[in-house]
Amino acid sequence: MTLSIIAALPLLGALLLTTLKQGQVESIKRIALGSSLATLAATVLLASNFEIDRPGFQFVESYSWIPALGINFQLGIDGISLILILLSTILVPVVLVSGWYESEGGRFSVKTFYVLVLVLETMMIGVFAATDLFLFYILFEAMLVPVYFLIGGFGTGARQAAAVKFLLYSLFGGLLMLASIIGLYVISSNQIGRTFDISALGTLQIDNLTENFLFLGFFIAFAIKAPLWPLHTWLPDAAKSATPGTSILLLGVLDKVGTFGMIRYCVELFPDAAKTFTPLIITLSVISIIYGAILAIGQRDIKGLIAFTSISHFGFITMGIFAMTTQGNSGASLYMLNHGFSTAALFMTAGWMISRRRSSTIADFGGLQRVTPLLAWSFFIAGMSSLALPGLSSFVSEFLVLVGTYTRYPIAAIIGTIGIILAALYILIPVQRALHGPVTEGNDGLPDLNRRELIAIAPIIALIIGLGFYPKPALDVINPAAKATITKAGMADPLPTVGGEK
Amino acid sequence: MNTSTNIVYLIALPLFSSALLMLLGRKADKWGHIFATLISASAFFVGVTEFFAMRSRPEEARAVTQKLFTWISVGDFQVDASLLLDQLSIAFVLLITGVGTLIHIYSIAYMSHDRDRRRFFAYLNFFIAAMLLLVLGDSYLNLYVGWEGVGLASYLLIGFWNQKPEYATAAKKAFVMNRVGDFGLSIAIMIGFATFGSVSFSGIEEKVGGAGETALTAMGLMLLLAAAGKSAQFPLQAWLGDAMAGPTPVSALIHAATMVTAGVYLITRSNFIFDNAPTAQLAVVMIGIITLLFGAVIGTAKDDIKKALAASTMSQIGYMILATGFGPAGYAFAIMHLLTHGFFKAGMFLGAGSVMHGMNDEVNMRKYGGLAKFMPITSITFGLGYLAIIGVPPFAGFYSKDKIIETAFNAGGVQGVIFGGAALLGAVITAFYMTRVMLLTFAGNKRWASDAHPHESPFLMWAPMAVLAIGSVASGYLLYSGKAIVKWLAPVVDKDHHEHVEFLPPIVVTTLAIVAVLIGVSIALLKYRGEQSDSAPSDVSIWTRFARRDLLQDDANEFLFMRPGQEVTKALVVTDERVIDGAVRGVAASAVGSARGLRKLQTGYVRNYALLILIGAALILAAIWVVTI
Repeated sequence: MTLSIIAALPLLGALLLTTLKQGQVESIKRIALGSSLATLAATVLLASNFEIDRPGFQFVESYSWIPALGINFQLGIDGISLILILLSTILVPVVLVSGWYESEGGRFSVKTFYVLVLVLETMMIGVFAATDLFLFYILFEAMLVPVYFLIGGFGTGARQAAAVKFLLYSLFGGLLMLASIIGLYVISSNQIGRTFDISALGTLQIDNLTENFLFLGFFIAFAIKAPLWPLHTWLPDAAKSATPGTSILLLGVLDKVGTFGMIRYCVELFPDAAKTFTPLIITLSVISIIYGAILAIGQRDIKGLIAFTSISHFGFITMGIFAMTTQGNSGASLYMLNHGFSTAALFMTAGWMISRRRSSTIADFGGLQRVTPLLAWSFFIAGMSSLALPGLSSFVSEFLVLVGTYTRYPIAAIIGTIGIILAALYILIPVQRALHGPVTEGNDGLPDLNRRELIAIAPIIALIIGLGFYPKPALDVINPAAKATITKAGMADPLPTVGGEK
Repeated sequence: MNTSTNIVYLIALPLFSSALLMLLGRKADKWGHIFATLISASAFFVGVTEFFAMRSRPEEARAVTQKLFTWISVGDFQVDASLLLDQLSIAFVLLITGVGTLIHIYSIAYMSHDRDRRRFFAYLNFFIAAMLLLVLGDSYLNLYVGWEGVGLASYLLIGFWNQKPEYATAAKKAFVMNRVGDFGLSIAIMIGFATFGSVSFSGIEEKVGGAGETALTAMGLMLLLAAAGKSAQFPLQAWLGDAMAGPTPVSALIHAATMVTAGVYLITRSNFIFDNAPTAQLAVVMIGIITLLFGAVIGTAKDDIKKALAASTMSQIGYMILATGFGPAGYAFAIMHLLTHGFFKAGMFLGAGSVMHGMNDEVNMRKYGGLAKFMPITSITFGLGYLAIIGVPPFAGFYSKDKIIETAFNAGGVQGVIFGGAALLGAVITAFYMTRVMLLTFAGNKRWASDAHPHESPFLMWAPMAVLAIGSVASGYLLYSGKAIVKWLAPVVDKDHHEHVEFLPPIVVTTLAIVAVLIGVSIALLKYRGEQSDSAPSDVSIWTRFARRDLLQDDANEFLFMRPGQEVTKALVVTDERVIDGAVRGVAASAVGSARGLRKLQTGYVRNYALLILIGAALILAAIWVVTI
């Protein structure tokens, strides 16, 4: 099994779909689901051959693409990329099953929806597996296209405006990144010859001022993608308009390209600049944690609420990355995975609530625990995962981020920890309004989860609980990569004050 | 240290049962309650077996551990899922599973008419599992899982009847206030790791001598904050009264006998921190004193029997916290009071439930009166608990409370007099409000609602009450005689065998304590004997009104946190839409340079935002400075 085959599988599925007629809705859905499941199976197979203790990239493939410019079609993964590819390939089939009817009633055909999703999956796998900067950039930008059409074509409300806003923000960031990439390319041409190979780029000698500018180009692009305050305002609009499935892919996977990029590109390629900007970034992260949480508390719309909780969570991830400790970095990477699951669970259950009630206003629900117990429990567990209840997966990652930050930036960690109090509010307020109390009028006949929905949510809940008690499989994969990142950044964990001189 | 392979069953049995009852759903309705009760009993059986095995080993070999698996391992941050059963945790194991099983039995009858009885038992089993994990975890992080687990169980059980909005609110309030405590626990763990490179009890204890007092004080204060949240101590006490929204067996088990005492466990378990951080210890003493008086005063003004008992719980835990503040001299007495309190308070709560059962769920004591004749068993078991809590010799509370008062005086000097005096004053008030509860409920004239037909509760309910009543009578002497509990716990909490100085001769303190009880009882007898009205008098002093309003605890929280919080939230929501998103739109508009953009420029639209951005930039610079110092 190779990375290029895995990346090609969804694309093949998409091609197969184009041969079908518009009307063959069931076949289209089944083929799309089938190819996403095949991709998942192939990824699991690949993961089983991943060697935990081997440093550097594995499953490396390199094909010459544009030799004149030194561009290669080059793939390879380390622990962090593997985790994120697994996340992507798990979430796509889950999204398809949970939102079996989301594709219907959009501006474009059902077939278009599935083609877009599958093309997007190929790009998601590619963007995490690319070890050639040019290839990464192409995929990073190209991903915008399917997402743009998924939001604008199948969403609700002001979907067109939200899609445009998303696109403009992303293009702006992409433009800055492009400038940095060109700058980096010029430097590499002068020093080591034309190359986009990221391992080679890591060895360049760059003067401080230039490095700072190059770093910022990348960082701003990534800080828009995994929105960091104050670059976040596209996300709530997008999440409110997109279908739940699109939101899951957008917040669960695509935004992780931002935090992934911060590790792979910002920290590893520009360690000195990263250190220069760390105080600023840590500060913005802390603001994001608190700000996102307070805004989440203030939301009346359930999708907007989930979007703002994610802004708070991205603050944690970014803080963990730039704390530059092994706990912070491993925690942040694990956080990416866990956030993917808990956000998926939240959007799925919120989506089911919305489609049943035909409203996304929290106040329109009430008493669902009596009417639809399974749905209510699923939403509750998803919420507990979002507030990082110990015993669930997100606790492990959140605590690692906090403890990893504390050893270097205690004040930032302490302020960040206030986020756990706010999290209790932003989860329990909607839980009380939607699930508790007397049954609100118009809710009494709502149907509980059906078999298809249970099949979609069950594996996610199992992962949330399973990785909470036994995160070792994920941490084993992540740890060496995180350690390598810290080493590349030239940092070492602070020693404990007592008996630390060992 | 010796290893054991049985400890995990204590947790695994109830956890499995809870999951099973939840997953099977209605299919388990017929037998779920029986199954859960048997599981709880079997956990008790494992606990008893372990206790006798432990007792038969020599002192230095009593503690055993069991490593289950590596939980989190990143760099130096190594946390095993590992259990520690020592002299301290076994005491809790017996209390949790013993009282827990009695309350399971009681609930079979108490909840027999509830359509969700199976779910109730699933929650109870879940609680038992989480509480056992809390006291058996060998590191702060394992403890944390149990700590939030019991918080979740408490949330689910307070809100068991959450179709009533105020019950749902009570559940949320408890969870959120507990999270403030969890903030403290989280920070304490971070300090522990940054200072010692470990989060396990033994790992930190080993190195504690090398740490500076500042780090230890900070860690101690954060642990105290955690304890205050879980144990309803000042200033995080306001959730406990509302938590009485839960079914009464829950109030007995979680909000009286076990979970709320977790803070006392936390401080006792962290003795190696506090013993080296005198400032933190002083804070512990202060919090204990404030809360023991705070709770007692509220207790004098409550007409709701459950809320009166809840205020009393807060106050009694104040005594325990006070005792832990005195270090090795006090830990054993804190735990002793915790255990005796577990018996008499759980017994009284079950008694209150029994009264409610017979009075159509009426909780207002002004509507009771003269019930002794109609509920003889309840009144006797409740009465024994009453004698125990006010501290009449030789009942259980006498020994445990007397020892705490004595230890408080032993602090010596002016401090000792203040501490001891406050503890004595608490004893006076306790005797007063508990006598009031007794008189209003069981004596005096009938003030029942017209449809009330009080009757004694069924066997399944009174039998657990009777067992707890026996505990209320005997547990104090058993723990006290021959310094049993002190010697038993010494290897955990008093390794250096401190000599404890006596400030006042014990006989003097005991006399003072008995006089305090007599004073409290006499005042209550004078005030509440004979005919009582069926509604609370309204021409009362401002102080009574304060006490009835829980000494303004909710008003204070609302004024200090809730209102400002809501205002900030509203303001930020507007800011996000207008200023931040607006700035982006403004910049976009001006960048486009369209006629519209220019017009906006001329009206100063962008300039305004530029100013705001400037102010924002200045604030961020300030924030960077704060965050990275």
